[in-house]
Amino acid sequence: MKLVTGNDLVSGDVIWWTGSGWSRFIADAVDSGTEGEAIGKREEAALRVNGPYVVEAADGPFAPVPLHIKERIRASGPTVRTDLGVQAEKQH
Amino acid sequence: MYKYDEYDQAIVDARVEEFRDQCNRRLSGEMTEDQFKPLRLMNGLYLQLHAYMLRVAVPYGTLDSRQMHMLAHIARKYDRGYGHFTTRQNLQYNWIKLDDAADILAELATVEMHAIQTSGNCIRNISADQYAGAAADEVADPRPYAELLRQWSTFHPEFLLLPRKFKIAVIGADEDRAAMKLHDIGLKLVRNAAGALGFEVYVGGGQGRTPMVAPLIREFLPADDLVSYLEACLRVYNRYGRRDNLYKARIKILVHEIGADEYRRQVEEEYLHVKTLGLDPPAAELERIAAMFALPPLDPNAPGEIERSDPDFALWLDQQVVDHKVPGHAIVTISLKPTGGIPGDASADQIDAMAKLAQVFSHDELRVTHAQNIVLPHVRKADLYAIWTRLEETGLATPNLDLVTDIIACPGLDYCALANARSIPLAQKITERFANLDRQRDLGEVKLKISGCINACGHHHAGHIGILGVDRKGEENYQLSFGGSGAEDASVGKIIGPGFSEDGVVDAVEKALETYRGIRVEGERFLDTYRRVGPEPFKAAIYEKAPA
Ligand code: SF4
Repeated sequence: MKLVTGNDLVSGDVIWWTGSGWSRFIADAVDSGTEGEAIGKREEAALRVNGPYVVEAADGPFAPVPLHIKERIRASGPTVRTDLGVQAEKQH
Repeated sequence: MYKYDEYDQAIVDARVEEFRDQCNRRLSGEMTEDQFKPLRLMNGLYLQLHAYMLRVAVPYGTLDSRQMHMLAHIARKYDRGYGHFTTRQNLQYNWIKLDDAADILAELATVEMHAIQTSGNCIRNISADQYAGAAADEVADPRPYAELLRQWSTFHPEFLLLPRKFKIAVIGADEDRAAMKLHDIGLKLVRNAAGALGFEVYVGGGQGRTPMVAPLIREFLPADDLVSYLEACLRVYNRYGRRDNLYKARIKILVHEIGADEYRRQVEEEYLHVKTLGLDPPAAELERIAAMFALPPLDPNAPGEIERSDPDFALWLDQQVVDHKVPGHAIVTISLKPTGGIPGDASADQIDAMAKLAQVFSHDELRVTHAQNIVLPHVRKADLYAIWTRLEETGLATPNLDLVTDIIACPGLDYCALANARSIPLAQKITERFANLDRQRDLGEVKLKISGCINACGHHHAGHIGILGVDRKGEENYQLSFGGSGAEDASVGKIIGPGFSEDGVVDAVEKALETYRGIRVEGERFLDTYRRVGPEPFKAAIYEKAPA
C-alpha cells in the first residue's frame, strides 16, 4: 500500500494522510492508491502539510508498517528515546 | 570571553526580527517551503525526522554559565528537556516548533548567542582547541584569531554562497585536539625562528564522501596577515570550486584536482592583490579582542597536592583531568558518555549543573569539545574533589576520556533525515560491552567514531576504529574501518572488509581489540599496533570462519 506522509508545518510533527485529513498516528493512515502525489500537492498548497511524499507500506496487525526502516522510525519516534515521539503516547 | 559590542548585538537582534518575519510569512502561506528552506537554514533551523531541529552556534566552543543556563532553559521551555552537543562544538535541539523558532533566537540573543553560520554554503561556525588559553603546551591562545575570523566571516557578502559549506579550525598547540587537518582550512599557531607569531595554514582537508588530510599550504603566515590570506584562499575556491557537482564542490576536491602547489600559487597571487586592500584589522582591534580572552586571575601558588584516598575519585582524576598551564590548576573534561547513554546528550538539569560548576569553580567558563564532551578550563586543583562530588550527583562523572567508550556518534537514523543507519544504538551497545573500566583502561586510548551516513558528522574516517552506517537494501549495515586519526598524526581510516549487522559490528570491534591486546608491544595504542602490523591480523580475527 502507498501512504502519504509529511510534516506538520507548525509543529514539525510527522503526519499521515487519513483519507479526510492528517493524523500523527500511522494507525489512522489509509492507502492512497494512485492519488498520493495529487493529495500531497493539494494539501501542501492548503498549508496542511509540509513536504509531502508517498511511502510504501505493508499491512500490519495494528497499523500499516512502512517497508523502509527510516519511515518506521518516523512513525514511532527515536528508537533510543522511547519516552519521546508518538510511541510514548497511547494510541487511540 | 568575548563580549558583544553594540554592532554585534545590533546585528544579532536585527537578524532575529528578520527571521521572525520570514517565519510568519511561511506560516501564513506567503512563502513556499522552497522559498523558506534556505532562509530557515541560514538560521540553523532544519527539518529532521521527527520535527524541526535547531542548531545553536557555540563559537569556537566557548561559553559562559549564563549562556549554558540559557541552553538549559530553552531545552525545558521549547524542547523536550535535553540538548545534543555536536562534533562542531554546537548544540542541537530536536523537537522545535516553527512558531517558537524566532522566540528562541530572541532568547539566545539576550545572552549573545545565535544560530548564524550553523548551516548553508557559508563559512561555518569556527572551531578551536577546547583547551585553548589553558593548555600547558600552547604557543598562544587561538581564540582571539577564531573570534577575528568570526567577525570577518559573518555575513561576508562574497562568501555567503560558496560552492559548499566551509569549515575552519584554529589551534595553538602541537597536540591537535580539534581535528584541524580534517577541515577545509586548518590553522595552527606557531612561532618562527625569530620568535614572531604566525600560522601554519592547511587547506583542503575534510571528511564526508572523499576524506582527505589537508596539505600544508603556507609554512608561516604572519599572524597579522590572517584575514587577507584567508580572503585569498576563499576567493580562489569561490572562483574555481566545482559548483557543477555537489559531490565535488568542497575545497578539498579543488586542491586535489589542481594540486597543492598550483592552489598555493594561485592563493599567493591573489594574496598579493588582497593585501593591498587593507582588510587586516589594526593592531589595536586585535588587542581589544585578545584582551577579552585574557587568562582569568589564577594564583600560581595555589596548592597542587590532591587528596586521592577515595578510589573512585582517583580513577576520575587520572582519566578526566590534565594540568593547567598555571601551577595549582587543572583542566577538567566532563564526559557526556555514560554506559548505555547517548553520546553528547545532556538533560536540562545536567546543563544547568555544568553551568553552575563553571560559575563556582572555573571562572565562569565552559568549552564544548568536538568529541561531544564539556570542559571546565580553569579549575583549582584544591576544588577537584568538590567538582567530582557534584558531577557524581548529576550522573556526569564517567571516567572514560579517550577510552573505547568515549565514543563520538552522530544522531544517525534516530533523528537525522539524511541517515542510512542508526549510530546511537551502536554506541550504546559498545559502551555496554566494554562497561568494565579495568578492561577499558587496559585497552588504553581508542578513538571510536560512528557516522550514520557518508557525510561523516560522526568523524568515522578519523576514528582509530570507525563505523559507517550504510543502507543495504533497506536494512542497516555497518562498515568497519581502522587506522584513522584526527590528531596531529592525522590519517584516514581504511575499510577492513565486508560490512556487518548491528550486533556483528560490536562483536567485530571486540575481536579487533582483543587481537590488539594479544600482539601489542609495550606502550602501543591500538592505532600504533594497527599501523605497525597492518590490517591482516585484525581481518583474520574478525572474519575467521567458525570451525565446522
Ligand atoms: S553523518 Fe549522516 S546520519 Fe550522521 S548526522 Fe551527519 S548527515 Fe546525519
